[in-house]
Amino acid sequence: MAAGGTMSGISGDAVVSLRDVHKSFGATEVLGGISMDVGRGDVVCIIGPSGSGKSTLLRCINALVPVDRGEIVVAGMTVTSPTLDKLALRRKVGIVFQQYNLFPHKTALQNVMMAPIHVLKRDRREVEELARQLMRKVRLSGKEACYPGELSGGQQQRVAIARSLAMKPEVMMFDEVTAALDPETVKEVLTTIRELAEDGMTCMLVTHEMGFAREIADRVYFTDRGVIVEHGPPKELFGSPRDPRTREFLEHVL
Amino acid sequence: MSRPFAVLLPFRPGDGLAGIAGHRADRRAAAGLALAAGLILVHAAAHAATAGAKPAVLETLWRWTPFLLGGFVWNIVISALAMAVGTALGFLLGIAQISQVRAVRAPSWFATQLLRNAPWLVLLFYCMYLLPFQLHVFGTRIGIPDWLKAAFGFALPVMAYVSEIVRGAIRSIPAGQWESAEALSFTRSQTIWMIVIPQCLKRMLPAWMNLYAIVTMASVLANVVGVSEGLTAAREMLAAEQRVELLLPVYAYVLLWFFAYCYPIARATVFLERRWAVAH
Amino acid sequence: MVAEWFRQLKESANVNLTIFYDRFDGLTYLNGLATTVKLSAACLALSVVFGIGGAWLQRSGWAPLRWLVNGYVAFFRNTPPLAQLYFFYFGVGSIMPLIPDGAGGTHRLFDNFQWAVISMSLFAGAFNVEIFRAGIEAVPKATTDAAEALGYSRFGAYIHIVLPLAFRISLPALNNNLVTMVKGTTIAYAIGVPELLTASATIWNASTNIPEMMNVLMITFLALVGILVVAMHRIERALHIPGYNR
Repeated sequence: MAAGGTMSGISGDAVVSLRDVHKSFGATEVLGGISMDVGRGDVVCIIGPSGSGKSTLLRCINALVPVDRGEIVVAGMTVTSPTLDKLALRRKVGIVFQQYNLFPHKTALQNVMMAPIHVLKRDRREVEELARQLMRKVRLSGKEACYPGELSGGQQQRVAIARSLAMKPEVMMFDEVTAALDPETVKEVLTTIRELAEDGMTCMLVTHEMGFAREIADRVYFTDRGVIVEHGPPKELFGSPRDPRTREFLEHVL
Repeated sequence: MSRPFAVLLPFRPGDGLAGIAGHRADRRAAAGLALAAGLILVHAAAHAATAGAKPAVLETLWRWTPFLLGGFVWNIVISALAMAVGTALGFLLGIAQISQVRAVRAPSWFATQLLRNAPWLVLLFYCMYLLPFQLHVFGTRIGIPDWLKAAFGFALPVMAYVSEIVRGAIRSIPAGQWESAEALSFTRSQTIWMIVIPQCLKRMLPAWMNLYAIVTMASVLANVVGVSEGLTAAREMLAAEQRVELLLPVYAYVLLWFFAYCYPIARATVFLERRWAVAH
Repeated sequence: MVAEWFRQLKESANVNLTIFYDRFDGLTYLNGLATTVKLSAACLALSVVFGIGGAWLQRSGWAPLRWLVNGYVAFFRNTPPLAQLYFFYFGVGSIMPLIPDGAGGTHRLFDNFQWAVISMSLFAGAFNVEIFRAGIEAVPKATTDAAEALGYSRFGAYIHIVLPLAFRISLPALNNNLVTMVKGTTIAYAIGVPELLTASATIWNASTNIPEMMNVLMITFLALVGILVVAMHRIERALHIPGYNR
């Protein structure tokens, strides 16, 4: 508890909280009882070996994947409730994927504008202004009219971030967003995320960029085989990991 | 909006039309034409000597050409109508095939398979015999001409093929597109109509064009059930002329007309397929 | 007994399936079925021969031969099969030599059944050429090179190495084409070959049971296509080489 500062996650004002979440695909258990709390404005990084259920965890939080057991509450909405309004939930939680998943038949600007216009039914002119502003924010002014295929991976990923932000979410989730990128373009995406975090956006990142996690995170969770092995401020987790599994993993990746 | 689409995976043909759609171009288009034209010429020449007082074969063909073309127009009318109706209905059937509701999905799958695997001629017979020859609408009788029934008969298999083309194209859209649309709160029908279908259209075009050529060629089947079209015109011409030596050149001439119409479509199809496959 | 049940069906439900109780209609239908099966089998065999032969000739070193094959493929794929059938049966048929039939009369070389086989095999064969060509091209050059390095002749490598692989690659597309071909045998109705459609039309004209016979016809064809598909899948599986999929 010595890390001080932004340890709000433990307190009652959690934006995202998970209690004993279980999920299996067939016979394979991918989440074996996950509990965590993320406070408003927190930046949380989830690290761990491939196949440890990190991506599934994010998908459960915005109900892309239903859970088997346990409870998830996001911004006061119970995700695990059968009466959940999925659309309302997803407006509050943005997610950015490893493969960007931009809509290839729409320009960058149209990609950002589509959901606010068609889902939130907002005024087109207003949305366009917001979209241009977001394109500036992710440093892509001038690329508004480009189709995704004409942009580099890093640029596409930043459009994807802008697209999510256009829904004005309360939480942003990033699922290994730099894993498919060239090393040169990784930095520009990380810069965008860093600026978002500095603006006070609640962020959850699944990442393999240990250096970035250490620099940006308020807390780091290490998961292995569907469970949280240990968590804590980056200084502690990276500096003096308690569990042998964490130690072994960090030795491999650092 | 003049920018080209730059992404898009190569069109992965599903089953069904794949074998036909994925065909390769022959660089020697002329060879096919030459083959048929040669047949007519050789035959005409062989008969020129023996024809005697009767007008030469080529001259007769030329004289009847407007009549034959008048018949050929019906092939185009019937096939265009069949494509229009079949495409519209097939589109809905294809989307129904990927419905999440089993009660919608299963019957549309069944209808597609039924219409896809039934012989075209049998479906045509169904429509000719079992559709009423007139409709009563608000007390007025509206006659349904035979050619319209025939067009509907061809629309049935078109529907099934379009349904399969649509289903295949939708399935070829990467899962990530569905997932990100879902994460952005698009409803399922918004996702289908605004995100998936627009990306599919381009992938479907070559197969659809190929289908159009197939329907144009199939439209001569209308002749079998007594609807007038190009082949009927040829038979009427032969009946009027009553000359045995005309049989071969007249049918070759009809083939040539269809070739001249369908071959360019086939070439364009191959061209589009290649171009968009490279854009990967 | 079965006949009795169908006679009852006519009385009680007004569903008149004459083929099950009327001996003549039944035989007409069975004969139609047998003709369709024979027609399909003959076209199937001949079209595959045309396909393999055409694909082989397409690799010929002599350009005019390649043009001829290309011309054949382009022409037959892009003209209506029914018009082709008329062209052969009425057109080419009219210049076939007369052959004495042994009873004082004469007839033309090839009857309508034979013309149907020739015409429809040429049509389906044109597609098969393309299908086999694609299959042959899909066999990696390295495989052929390896065969030749082992001392196979060009022809030997083609027969023992390339064709067996190409055939397997071609099978799915070939299946589709053969299904299309079996469905297409119905056009032989137009030149009076007594296949299923002709037989059914004969029956529904005589017994005025059009809807019933049409449904029977449809079900029969779906069954035939179904059997063909199952059989081809069996062949596909039997020929499958573990670990070799493209």
